[in-house]
Amino acid sequence: MRWIWIDKFLEFNSGINAVSLKNVTLAEEHLHDHFPGFEIMPECLMIEAMAQTAGILVGEARNFEEKVILAKIKKAVFYHYVRPGDTIILHADVESIAPEAASTKGRIMRGDELIAEISLMFSHIDNNLGGKQFPEENFVFTEMFNSLLTDFVDNTKLPETGK
Amino acid sequence: MAMSREEIFEEVKEVLVDALGLDDDEVTESATLMGDLGAESIDFLDIVFRLEKSFGIKIPREELFPADSLLSNPDFVSNGKLTEKGLEEFKAKMPHSDITAFQEDPDVNKLANLFTVASIVNFVDIKLNNAA
Repeated sequence: MRWIWIDKFLEFNSGINAVSLKNVTLAEEHLHDHFPGFEIMPECLMIEAMAQTAGILVGEARNFEEKVILAKIKKAVFYHYVRPGDTIILHADVESIAPEAASTKGRIMRGDELIAEISLMFSHIDNNLGGKQFPEENFVFTEMFNSLLTDFVDNTKLPETGK
Repeated sequence: MAMSREEIFEEVKEVLVDALGLDDDEVTESATLMGDLGAESIDFLDIVFRLEKSFGIKIPREELFPADSLLSNPDFVSNGKLTEKGLEEFKAKMPHSDITAFQEDPDVNKLANLFTVASIVNFVDIKLNNAA
């Protein structure tokens, strides 16, 4: 199984912004229990979808060399439920990026309707956490995300497979 | 355009209220970021980014919060306390922090108490008003 909560990118401007799309469908099994008779996409998964959109944006800005970890949810406000059959569009903008971390600002739309505002902080963990050592391979950006990016990012920059 | 210390404090206060989810009245000059205001390591970066934006300045993280590099240097720390040399280095690197009380007992565990709201205000003040 692949833990991916976006279906594709619509726009990708290196180091600046990215726009992704997710179709929500009743074939997603968790919706049957959340909630029986009134299915809604869990808000925590909308945060995850934004973390993936913004996290890939931040990772690409440093050629996927950093291990980019979601470190802080600065803001998460939800205005409407997202139901099966909905298409949501996730907009993520880089606010700041430094050797140790990055912050992003984002919103989720359904058509013209604002669904959520989600702003995040990511840590580049090798440059943080007081010199703690992490595995050498980049366990954040595996080839799992490659298929999402092939149309937007130079192939040679993508995380290598089988590493 | 020069900002008064009072104006800088108000702006810093707003940054801290937003970054740490605080009430206005919790942010006093003497409040410590970690002890009193509950900041964690990632919050420091969040604060740095927000200060950069609010004041239109560039802040290398090590300049505002230089503790990490100091503590990992054995010349500067001995038996859990800052050495003479460490104190000198600290003073040089953190002119924005008042270390008078800390000098009496330079226990590294108390270092966190030096990161106060006032030290941020001083830092921004120096940055804005002494810069070229």
